[in-house]
Amino acid sequence: MLKIIVPIKQVVDLSHIKFDDDGVGTIENTTGGEINPFDLNALEVAVQIKDKLGATINVISMGEQGADSILKDAIARGATEAFLLEDSAFKDSDTLATSYTIASTIRKMGDFDLIVCGEKSVDGDTGQVGPEIAEHLGIPHVAYVSKIEEIGEKLVLVSDMDGEQHTVECSFPILLTVTKNINTPRLPSLRDKLNSRKAKVEIWHSDDLISEANINRFGNAGSPTFVDKITLPSEGGRKGKTFKGSDLETVKELTNELEKDEILKGFSTK
Amino acid sequence: MTNNKNIIIIAEQQNSKIKSISYELLSKGKDIAEKTGADLFAVLLGEQLDNEANELIYYGADKVFLYQHSSFRDFDPQNFKLNIVNLVQEQKPDLLLLGASHLGRSLAPRLAAALQAGLSADCVGIEVDDEGNIIQIRPAFSGSVLAYVKTKTKPVIATLRYKSTQSRKRDTSRKGEVITREAETIPSLITILRKQKSGDINLTEADIIVSGGRGFKKADDLSILAELAKTCGGVIGASRPLVDDGWIGKEHQVGFSGNTVKPKVYIACGISGSSQHLAGMRRSDIIIAINTDPSAPIFKIADYGIVGDLYEIVPNLISEIKGRIL
Ligand SMILES: Cc1cc2nc3c(=O)[nH]c(=O)nc-3n(C[C@H](O)[C@H](O)[C@H](O)COP(=O)(O)OP(=O)(O)OC[C@H]3O[C@@H](n4cnc5c(N)ncnc54)[C@H](O)[C@@H]3O)c2cc1C
Ligand SMILES: Nc1ncnc2c1ncn2[C@@H]1O[C@H](COP(=O)(O)O)[C@@H](O)[C@H]1O
Repeated sequence: MLKIIVPIKQVVDLSHIKFDDDGVGTIENTTGGEINPFDLNALEVAVQIKDKLGATINVISMGEQGADSILKDAIARGATEAFLLEDSAFKDSDTLATSYTIASTIRKMGDFDLIVCGEKSVDGDTGQVGPEIAEHLGIPHVAYVSKIEEIGEKLVLVSDMDGEQHTVECSFPILLTVTKNINTPRLPSLRDKLNSRKAKVEIWHSDDLISEANINRFGNAGSPTFVDKITLPSEGGRKGKTFKGSDLETVKELTNELEKDEILKGFSTK
Repeated sequence: MTNNKNIIIIAEQQNSKIKSISYELLSKGKDIAEKTGADLFAVLLGEQLDNEANELIYYGADKVFLYQHSSFRDFDPQNFKLNIVNLVQEQKPDLLLLGASHLGRSLAPRLAAALQAGLSADCVGIEVDDEGNIIQIRPAFSGSVLAYVKTKTKPVIATLRYKSTQSRKRDTSRKGEVITREAETIPSLITILRKQKSGDINLTEADIIVSGGRGFKKADDLSILAELAKTCGGVIGASRPLVDDGWIGKEHQVGFSGNTVKPKVYIACGISGSSQHLAGMRRSDIIIAINTDPSAPIFKIADYGIVGDLYEIVPNLISEIKGRIL
């Protein structure tokens, strides 16, 4: 039976950021988040493999205590075991510390065949954690996988690479980051949802990882980067000139303006 | 000059031709080098690149480290990482800059983890403050906010988005050094069986994009959008609902879960301007919006707006533009 691991992130939406008058924001109270939507695609990949070939699916989330609700949600969607990495020592982790902590956890779990990550998280927006985990574990990765053509002894995958699609062959163990296009995540049934409420979420703290990791590489201490400030992007410099009406005269007013501002010059009839 | 003030950019090539993102990286690297007095190095991995390597000098590199090997024709994360990590450990740069391309975003995290270095992905700006700190400016929350990131250790690793900066002028009188390095390789664990183009349009490189949204009532009506695109010499973009309904291919989608674009002119026809759509196009140079609803959010970021029915406006616009640019 294949052993699959899916790291999932709890994300909050923009309503949790509050801005002061200068447009500098701080993130407030983050409980009550949801599974990063891109990670639903990763989980769906795992569940489809489980349905077809049989597999165990361990989901891991590093986050605050509230994150156990997303892990239960993942169980309702087909994960077999759930692990929450929760400790004040993990606070303020950047992607290097996050990936190191998750990689240490995976190492501690023992053998695995496949790790599936989302393309990116919607809050951090980076897509770095997946390939970083692969590097910490010393295994290969294939990024931006949009299709799995074959899975068995070998894997045949389609990876989107800068305007080309590469069909690649590789074998286990491997880490994949998958795009939104790879599948449509299923919704959990009501029964699975109810059952998952009672599901057990294993909670690991930093000392549970001591055998696998250097604790100085967790959290703030292990994070080379930090966010100095957050601002709203300025839409300054937009002209904001508006015309009203659909008739030729109004359109003429617009094109006059475009011509005057030398914008039509950039157009070329092909 | 101490040798740990270097900046290294990772150049990209395809079919032994250097890709334009490499010149943008050199331009950004040069901006910073001019402030800090750093030397600007480029790394190029591939095959048959002896002449191409000079292009990197013409666009601003002081030295080019060239690694040629038949297995470098295509991107292999682990082998690329191996050679670049060795070079970084030798040259000890302050900053290692990659493109926020698929390649860059697949390679940079491996480098960061191997070097235990900080990484900022998808930057739209990189600046140096008065104390010489490198500040990485990157969008977060789907582009709704900008985060200013600092790094406590060296090197700073960052990936830079396409068109965040303009490449400098090609200057064939620039002098520099191409240093050929022995490529180190391990057997690749990933074999490329086939490659194919993923659709013939490339929104991210287009100068003019004419986009349609839900304001279109049926798929056939997109023909007027195509006509407008043809008239302007642009390519067609779309909001997500049109893609979801199968009216147009996914490669046309602009937005958070589609393409991020930065054309010279973006014309939004019947698009309301949801945060997810704006995330993909708000950095366009000029935005023109056509919408019946004067309170549509798209008007807030538009340079030119026209409140009215696209079914009349677009044909009028086509004839007006035709009259003026011929
Ligand atoms: C996770 C997630 C990711 C998403 N990613 C994307 C993405 O990448 N890209 C994207 O675009 N969306 C994305 N969306 C969807 C997004 O939230 C909006 O639903 C979508 O952008 C709306 O598209 P629209 O503006 O075409 O449609 P609408 O919001 O329905 O707007 C249609 C507009 O047309 C105008 N109109 C109607 N008739 C006419 C007429 N005759 N002439 C002129 N104007 C007219 C209306 O006034 C209206 O403003 C995403 C959503 C989610 C949840
Ligand atoms: N805190 C976390 N816990 C579990 N998985 C994570 C976490 N952060 C990131 N990931 C995984 O890494 C992927 C990329 O995230 P990011 O690099 O933050 O954009 C996500 O889609 C998840 O699969």
